[in-house]
Amino acid sequence: MPIKSILKLEIEHVSILDEHGNYDEKLGAGLIPDADLVKLYEAMSSCRYLDEIAFKLQRSGRMGTYPQNMGQEATSLAAAYVLNKDDWLVTCYRENCGLFWRGVPMESILLHWMGDERGNAMPREHFATPIAVPIGTQMLHAAGLAWASKYRGEKQIACTFFGDGATSEGDFHEAANFAANLDLPVVFCCQNNFWAISVPGKIQCSAPTVAQRGIAYGMPVVQVDGNDIFACAYAVKQAAARARDESRPTFIEMVTYRLGDHTTADDARRYRDQAEVDVWKERDPLLRTRMLLERKRLWDSTKQETMQARIEIEVAAAVARAEEIVAPQVSDVFNYTFAEISADLAHQRDTMQTHSLASDTPVAAKGH
Amino acid sequence: MANLNLVQAINLALIQEMERDERVLLLGEDVGINGGVFRVTEGLHKRFGARRVVDTPLAESGIIGTSIGLAMAGLRPIPEIQFDGFLGPAYDQICSHAARMRTRTRGACTVPLTIRVPVGGGIHAPELHSDSPETIYSHQPGLKVVMPSSPYDAKGLLISAIRDPDPVIFFEPKRIYRAYREEVPEDEYTIPIGKARVVCEGTDLTVISWGASVLQCMESIEKSSRSVELIDLRTIYPMDLDAIETSVKKTGRCVVVHEAPRTGGMGAEVAAQIMERCFLYLEAPVQRVTGFDTIMPYYKLELNYMPDAARISGAIDAALSY
Repeated sequence: MPIKSILKLEIEHVSILDEHGNYDEKLGAGLIPDADLVKLYEAMSSCRYLDEIAFKLQRSGRMGTYPQNMGQEATSLAAAYVLNKDDWLVTCYRENCGLFWRGVPMESILLHWMGDERGNAMPREHFATPIAVPIGTQMLHAAGLAWASKYRGEKQIACTFFGDGATSEGDFHEAANFAANLDLPVVFCCQNNFWAISVPGKIQCSAPTVAQRGIAYGMPVVQVDGNDIFACAYAVKQAAARARDESRPTFIEMVTYRLGDHTTADDARRYRDQAEVDVWKERDPLLRTRMLLERKRLWDSTKQETMQARIEIEVAAAVARAEEIVAPQVSDVFNYTFAEISADLAHQRDTMQTHSLASDTPVAAKGH
Repeated sequence: MANLNLVQAINLALIQEMERDERVLLLGEDVGINGGVFRVTEGLHKRFGARRVVDTPLAESGIIGTSIGLAMAGLRPIPEIQFDGFLGPAYDQICSHAARMRTRTRGACTVPLTIRVPVGGGIHAPELHSDSPETIYSHQPGLKVVMPSSPYDAKGLLISAIRDPDPVIFFEPKRIYRAYREEVPEDEYTIPIGKARVVCEGTDLTVISWGASVLQCMESIEKSSRSVELIDLRTIYPMDLDAIETSVKKTGRCVVVHEAPRTGGMGAEVAAQIMERCFLYLEAPVQRVTGFDTIMPYYKLELNYMPDAARISGAIDAALSY
């Protein structure tokens, strides 16, 4: 009995707009009309500026821990752009750009990191799940959301975002397995940004690509340049069609880079070389998009200045709305625990104490 | 003697045990080159190398599950789970295996590991970075649960935990990681697991607490005109029942303070033990000052959630005037 090869695998890498501004007309044809490209560039720029301001807010004590999105704007934005408005976006915490495109107000994101639950009160019309802090857990929810759509015979799909580190978690593997084996319309978008806090990608995945993790579960995979909004849009568009028309999942590895620290509580200089960061700064999704726009004569420094002025006003207004919001009620700690509060919990709320004997000590609400 | 904070005391304990015992190794997310997100393992990667201070894949179940294997093979792993709220994925490995292995194998197989976990609120952290899940693991038979409130105790307790033949969850109250310093001997010493500490003696009422809340209890007691005894349990399971009994029989009144939610919290166990052991000595019902039975709020409201000196004083006064 001869030994024979039974499986050969290939993984495609898609690049349409490279870091030098070279653009593949053929692959990019019909993907993003010029007018939309301008809007997408503006969206990335405004997200980037908010990121800078959020960092400063944290440093000046006006906000808690904040995870910068810098450098990863193209991935989630491309998905939000390509998907239908009622497709689920199931994100973690580095997808601000896609959420803003979807209509989530900037002040929601700010409020969340300012320690206010109202920031995570995602209105249903955005079809975006709340920011998921525990790593690699939300992909299962995407599988469930997609399953519900399939159950109802609807065409809505779910698109979930997570990092390379998240693919080490068991929940990721369970989500991929469920989606593939139950034929669920899910698009898995792995933002491979090379770092899980201080732990490099090679500790998470020894294979040459993260994408091949999807192959193991029997789903189509593709790797794209995650800083190339065209490549991201291209892949999500194909995956969304497969999900919508065939109810099949796809795994997309979006190769990008976390230009900032993990969060404001982190200092990446402790564990990675600045030379590596500098290389990736050149691959910034904003830079190459602007290069293309300028080549197409859709953009110039005057437009940049005008946009920057407008963005600064918009972000300042969002910051003001986040900071000037009326303080949350202390009763809010209790009132969202259940649809109907129990008598005991209501008593805790109304007395703000947990001991049983009557107490003369007045209860005062505390600031932070 | 060195003047150390909690982080430094734990760091020193880790260094000394790793130097003493080749079987001890650290593993977890960011514990290596980065020295841990709270810098508890600062310098250890450099000192002991990547073989003994291991940055793992981002997988809590994997960290604990492989630690169980390492421990079953006779090593002394010290896995770190980065935050209290991230224990979830590791729950199955901790409770279904680490806690049960000795019983399951009639002692043929044991799991001597020490799981380090920063715990509790009050540091303006995001969601799931401020929880107090000690009750869950105290309720699981087969686990020892420790939570120091001082640098001195932290060093001595951690060394005991590492040398313990059974799995220990070592909760580190992150709110007081750098809150204060105290004299911590360089020389080897241990503090036995299962022994409480009388922080201050008193005759009118006993306050029982653990972890960072001990500091709020001290603040409250300092303001009190009455003679209040404070017991820091230090080990939540197994609980020092003799210390509780001795104190409450003396004072006749007791307030238990913890940051975790009230219902089914370890304060309930303390109260039940007191009722069973000290019933005829009690002058007032045991009072609990705890977190509320809610999800730990985001940081804007977290100070409203956590027991503070005012709430503790309210309970002390109410119990004293009963």
